[in-house]
Amino acid sequence: MSTRAPAVVARDLIKTYPGDVTALGGMDLAIGAGTVFGLLGPNGAGKSTTVKILTTLTRPDSGTATVAGHDVLRHPGRVRRAIGVVAQKSGADPVATGRENLLLQGRLYGMRGAAVRRRADELLDRFDLADAGNRRTEGYSGGMRRRLDVALGLVHRPEVLFLDEPTTGLDPEARTAMWDEIARLAGDEGLTIILTTHYLEEADRLAERIAIVDRGRIVVEGTPDELKGELRGDAVHMELGAEGDAGMIGAALGGLRGVHEVLVEGRRVSVRAEDGAAAVPVLLAALERAGAAVAAATVARPSLDDVYLRYAGRRFAEAEAAVARQVPALTAAGGNR
Amino acid sequence: MSSQALSQIRYMTQRQLMQIVRQPVFLVISLIQPAIWLFLFGNLFREVVELGGFGTTSYLDYLIPGIVVMSALGTSMWAGMGTLEEIERGTLDRFLTTPVSRSALMNANVVQNGVATAAQSVVIVLLGRAAGAAYPGGAVGLLVLVVASVLLGTVFGALSNALGMLVRRRESIIGINTFLLLPLTFLSSSFMAPSRMPSWMRHIADFNPVDWAMVAGRSALNGEPDWGAVLGRGGALLVLAAVAVGLSTRTFRSYQKSV
Repeated sequence: MSTRAPAVVARDLIKTYPGDVTALGGMDLAIGAGTVFGLLGPNGAGKSTTVKILTTLTRPDSGTATVAGHDVLRHPGRVRRAIGVVAQKSGADPVATGRENLLLQGRLYGMRGAAVRRRADELLDRFDLADAGNRRTEGYSGGMRRRLDVALGLVHRPEVLFLDEPTTGLDPEARTAMWDEIARLAGDEGLTIILTTHYLEEADRLAERIAIVDRGRIVVEGTPDELKGELRGDAVHMELGAEGDAGMIGAALGGLRGVHEVLVEGRRVSVRAEDGAAAVPVLLAALERAGAAVAAATVARPSLDDVYLRYAGRRFAEAEAAVARQVPALTAAGGNR
Repeated sequence: MSSQALSQIRYMTQRQLMQIVRQPVFLVISLIQPAIWLFLFGNLFREVVELGGFGTTSYLDYLIPGIVVMSALGTSMWAGMGTLEEIERGTLDRFLTTPVSRSALMNANVVQNGVATAAQSVVIVLLGRAAGAAYPGGAVGLLVLVVASVLLGTVFGALSNALGMLVRRRESIIGINTFLLLPLTFLSSSFMAPSRMPSWMRHIADFNPVDWAMVAGRSALNGEPDWGAVLGRGGALLVLAAVAVGLSTRTFRSYQKSV
């Protein structure tokens, strides 16, 4: 994988919208071919603008980008042939059937005759739409419509697939089903997937690498485990059978190797440990010796929310709320998220 | 134009025509409305023809080209609503990320609008025939009428599309259309012979493209066609249609920049 040319390279992309709204303030990206790459950030962080530039929908004010080896500004036609795009609203024709939508999409890429019909059937099967293929899409459920959107993006077997907020607006069941689909796609030979999402869990679960986007630039990038690993330390929460002596407990745990930040509140004892799982038996034994019986213990890995907090300097939910306050018209219209 | 570009236009046009055909409510309304106009105005003004100056003794004969052109206007000026819906639904952006040529997207709008207007015009002509109208100009006259109404439809369809892409608000399209529809219709020879109109109205009508289409169609349908009037008005419509399409293409580019 490392020997192959990167699927996407972006250098110093800057994009400002009228009214001095800076959407991108110097975006740099390098995405390896054949990987699932997550662009994670709150609404309004610049994810969608990045995708619009990489998919040739809009042009940056400055900066360069190549997708599948083609320059998005100089050869947009070549880029379009190489990419599949599943936008937030990808607008399947409501009065056309699922099959007709797929056939038209294929024909726009120059596919003809039996080949395009075979491809449409293949995708209807694959996305569990075979029974609904001859029904108008206006009658589809949200999950079915989203699966059709993904199928539309794959008709011409693209090298790079863009999934812009693929599960926004889906109910939990449909979301889980979509996650399974995306995980299956990721197994496809050579397909690079660029996934934008504002769901921490989604990025964590699907993406091999994640870039956290905040205020129009990438603040940190790495595998989910690397990012969380950099926070060094899990939280271990313990519940005592009876209230213990805080001073004694603090003394008993404070000296243990790899254990920091001991906090005792009544029957609750919390510590930070470099390796939570390994620390639990040591902690239990130490408490036992100090005469405090432990009723329950839990280990919490650091979450992407903790990662976001560290690099963007604010909680994810706060960032979303801030954007909503800053550009009420934008979010109310459901537009340029 | 390459064969690929032509087949792209064909696919996009088919798609749009299918949308019309599969929404029978719109189809029925766009045909019933002219029928009602034909019936209402045909009866209401039946006797004005006796004032003279209409070039015929049957008001219905005079009225048909007016209704055909009015209907072309009434249908085409809502084209922007469809464009707006496609923008909001994300359909336009989806097409823009495929290799489909930008001009195919625009041309398909024009072709689709033309086909729909022509079909509507033919149906009205047939309805008129069933109601007893005579077309002394024959097939050539009818062809001129249909072409004139298609050109007028192109003008207003393209302007409406430009408006939809520019303002992106349904209310604006509705407001402008309702503001324009009646003046454009009544400041023309649709119901009243030009010689019977107040002279200031007649002068305004001379600058009204809706009137150009009516005059061209009506002259060609006459027993003794006035080809000078047909070519003059038809040529002016053609130029205007080209300008309107050019304008909507420019607006399309500015839409792309605003994405």
